[in-house]
Amino acid sequence: MSTGTEVRPGTRSGLGQSVRRPDGTPKVTGTFAFSSDLFARGMLWGRTLRSPHPAARIRSIDTSIAERMPGVASVLTARDVPGRPTYGLEHADQPVFASETVRFQGEPIAVVAAEHPELALRAVAAIEVDYEVVTPLTDAEAAIGAAPIHPDGNVFRHLHLRHGDLDAVGAVSVEGSYEVGMQDQAFLGPESGLAIPVDDGGVELFISTQWLHVDRDQVAACLGLPPERVHLTLSGIGGAFGAREDVSLQVHVCLLALRTGRPVKMLYSREESFHGHVHRHPARLWYRHHADPDGRLVKVEARIVLDGGAYASSSTAVIGNAVCFAAGPYRVPNADVDGWAVRTNNPPCGAMRGFGAVQVCFGHEAQMDRLAAALAMDPVELRLRNALAPGDELPTGQVITGTAPVREVIEAAMALEPPPLAATDPPADGTMDLPGGAGLTATRADVVRGTGLAVGFKNLMYSEGFDDASTANVRVELDHRGEPLATVHCAAAEVGQGFVTLAQQIVRSVLGVEQVALRPADTTIGSAGSTSASRQTWMSGGAVELACLAVAEALAERAGYGGGAPDEVLDLDVVELLREGPIDRTRAHHHPPTEPLDEDGQGDAHVSFAFAAHRAVVDVDPELGLVKVRHIATGQDVGRALNPQAVIGQIEGGIAQGLGLAVMEEMLLEDGRLRNPSFTDYLIPTALDMPPVTATLIEQPEPGAPFGAKGVGEPPTISSTPAIVAAIRAATGLELPRIPVRPEHIALAEA
Amino acid sequence: MPISRPTDVTATLDALAASPDADLLAGGTDLVVEVNLDRRRPEHVIALRRVTELAGHDTTDGRLRLGANVTYSEVEHDLAQLVPGLAMAARTVGSPQIRNAGTLGGNLGTASPAGDTLPWLLAMDAEVELASPEGDRSVPLANFLTGPKSTARRPAELITGVRLPRVEGPQHVSKIGPRNAMVISVACFAIVLDTTNRRVRTGMGAVGPTVLRSPDAERAVTQALDWDALTCPEDAIDAFGRACAEATAPITDHRSSAEYRRHAVGVLARRALRRCLST
Ligand SMILES: Cc1cc2nc3c(=O)[nH]c(=O)nc-3n(C[C@H](O)[C@H](O)[C@H](O)COP(=O)(O)OP(=O)(O)OC[C@H]3O[C@@H](n4cnc5c(N)ncnc54)[C@H](O)[C@@H]3O)c2cc1C
Repeated sequence: MSTGTEVRPGTRSGLGQSVRRPDGTPKVTGTFAFSSDLFARGMLWGRTLRSPHPAARIRSIDTSIAERMPGVASVLTARDVPGRPTYGLEHADQPVFASETVRFQGEPIAVVAAEHPELALRAVAAIEVDYEVVTPLTDAEAAIGAAPIHPDGNVFRHLHLRHGDLDAVGAVSVEGSYEVGMQDQAFLGPESGLAIPVDDGGVELFISTQWLHVDRDQVAACLGLPPERVHLTLSGIGGAFGAREDVSLQVHVCLLALRTGRPVKMLYSREESFHGHVHRHPARLWYRHHADPDGRLVKVEARIVLDGGAYASSSTAVIGNAVCFAAGPYRVPNADVDGWAVRTNNPPCGAMRGFGAVQVCFGHEAQMDRLAAALAMDPVELRLRNALAPGDELPTGQVITGTAPVREVIEAAMALEPPPLAATDPPADGTMDLPGGAGLTATRADVVRGTGLAVGFKNLMYSEGFDDASTANVRVELDHRGEPLATVHCAAAEVGQGFVTLAQQIVRSVLGVEQVALRPADTTIGSAGSTSASRQTWMSGGAVELACLAVAEALAERAGYGGGAPDEVLDLDVVELLREGPIDRTRAHHHPPTEPLDEDGQGDAHVSFAFAAHRAVVDVDPELGLVKVRHIATGQDVGRALNPQAVIGQIEGGIAQGLGLAVMEEMLLEDGRLRNPSFTDYLIPTALDMPPVTATLIEQPEPGAPFGAKGVGEPPTISSTPAIVAAIRAATGLELPRIPVRPEHIALAEA
Repeated sequence: MPISRPTDVTATLDALAASPDADLLAGGTDLVVEVNLDRRRPEHVIALRRVTELAGHDTTDGRLRLGANVTYSEVEHDLAQLVPGLAMAARTVGSPQIRNAGTLGGNLGTASPAGDTLPWLLAMDAEVELASPEGDRSVPLANFLTGPKSTARRPAELITGVRLPRVEGPQHVSKIGPRNAMVISVACFAIVLDTTNRRVRTGMGAVGPTVLRSPDAERAVTQALDWDALTCPEDAIDAFGRACAEATAPITDHRSSAEYRRHAVGVLARRALRRCLST
């Protein structure tokens, strides 16, 4: 629980200010060391052999030629895994190496370590695998009743939420079916790591990951080592967005290092990266909304089928979120939501920014617009009429005890005029601001404009009874010049979100010490939990705050204030007190406990919620189906903006990712095979696709949250997508039930 | 792997004769991608950057010659007056980094059906200049491009440049991709209203095995046009779009469907023509 530290105005580079990132300059000048830059003297290069087939039985694997090749140090297959043969975030159902059955294209079969990456590549090519190719199971609906393709069955989780009167009907009802394609996190820094064997028989792994400790536990189990013999240190990360939550090369590279007794580096190619991590679940959604004639929601019925691909990853939690948030941030007295996450021979899916809330938001927001049309009501007014507020009950039966400024985020998004449009509205012919951009395909006469609004929300932190605590250590001492120096040690993974900046701001504000150093994140301290679920500001920020307060208490004691008077610490003569020696405190931060959902999907499963609304203005060229998003206005519930510039960065980045899902980003699969594993063909927005963003931050401090701050990373990605699609619908009059919207969906629908 | 760095055409041809399997390297924006994807393993590379005769442009006998090493950036920034359509095409290519490195010779060497300079070059009846120890020859682009990524270039030959007639008149190039920039063409259309010869010239990209033109559509619209006023009846403009679309032979792949490509190129044709007319 929060200890309610007051933020003192005037603290330089403290909380509430747009403090610069300590790693900002190195990153923009190219000197920052990413995990792909790791190097050790005498290191070998590891490389993975992957299945070209989405489904197959393996008759035999012959590594003998590869093993005899000069420069090849080791070739390993499933036989060589000394510990548990499988791993997984929530269920260990994924083999370290496929040995009998292949369940997705790109599944690892073997790894090689060689003196040179080129030799490793050749050795991989020399491994002979005899496959008996099987017809892949690729339809998620069909998978529910199909013969199991894994001993654990095809259903990862079936959750049927029932709330209120299931027989209730509204005077008006609307029904719709929707589909969401498979999005990739598309981080720029490919998977990479360096493993170094240690004399005690253990291993040290330098790795880019979102959660060091959960990696460590999975690696140790597969290596058959006690966790304390496996030591992980975080390396420079080039983006994550959920894709680094699962183990990729961690076990493989450690196995190779232990087998060869030498440092081993692995670095995925771009194509391999697309096969080597989990993606966002594709979804099929069916909805029926009931409302009374005034537009008040009476009941929401939904069926959600998420394709989890070949292995469980975090599918059980993703479908939990999809079901809990299926109706959106609205008061819904009665709900019947049937959710499935299933196994297929498609690539495994798991965590991605928005985590289950993204898919359903596309459905519930399309439904709200449909309902508004059926009621002949303004869609903004319909949303305001149903907006959740503090004290309201969710379809899970949980009552919102914290802040819920849903009305405020909607009003903020609608209030903002899009100033950048005025000067160039509509853009002049021959400019690249028309749909089609650099291709100069349209004149202004070819373009129609549309506006759309969408609202979304999701949980902060882990849910359903999980205690994802974080630990931090803060040490204060005098440096060589006699100046106070604070050092923070925390295993929170910095994946770009800015925890490194925030940790420094917290120390400055709480302890008044200007000089703050950060130790590398590693496993010599307790877990910080994952950098996901918009949780590190709250959880690890909270742990740093607690450690600072403990340090303050110790300083106060030294000063003779028995019983501790931490708030006074800013007035103490810290230099004088530190002459007696350093002070060092470690503290863990736990969020209030939550409970599992019962068999009807009821329970106080979540800690806190964050809300956002987006209004999109788009220009569409209906004849060619090309789209230019002109402006996004957003209101976002942030609790408190501890670093306003970092918050805006999250908002803009999250919107870019939401825009990608709306109009271009999709992993295209054909019979389980990925057609576009490259940045040539997996398109992400460019500067010319990304519009100006105007954001209003709604600052209502969240009770119980350290400094009142809510996580801000995910909400921008949730409702930006449906807002853009709503705007395209408004411009074209088309239904557009599937994302991403492709040019042919617009152009050929019209023809 | 040996790398030769000749500074003139003769030395380049000698190097090529000595190792006929060598890969020619201009900007490397296609070649290096192939190498990275493990699709090509050069045994020997001949780097062309320093070959002086491949650089720059000149005009002789009323014909314009562009050297093989001319980059997209040069076309976009320095040659926009001279070859406006090509400058529009160049601006659609990749990112600034790619445009600084990528060359006309490389676009011709790769001969992708989606190569973005090719529709305009076809519209202009460009001739590809080839040099070899046997002597020089020039081949009309339509004959040079023999299929997707295949050309009439012989192993010992070097592309030294392209030659174009000087024509007057408005021109336009437009390109469709599912992103507003830096995207491989799904359909591309080039048009030149050649007021010197009173002829409509066109080229279509990414809608067939090589870039295409529709002689029927060109003939019909050439006749329908009022060349003095630069106007054209609406029904002739529409018919032109339809005729261009009908002349295509697109494929369906992960980038687009054949149906969309055909539809889109017809729309582009109609719009591009209209843009070139006086209003
Ligand atoms: C990110 C990215 C984006 C791209 N976007 C586009 C795009 O939008 N539109 C487009 O059309 N292309 C695009 N390309 C492809 C590429 O940039 C172009 O085809 C470019 O023109 C290639 O020129 P280069 O000088 O880099 O060729 P190189 O890669 O050096 O060579 C290409 C081929 O031509 C041969 N070659 C080169 N010069 C000669 C010569 N003088 N004689 C004979 N053979 C020769 C080479 O041997 C090689 O086979 C893109 C590439 C990348 C990497």
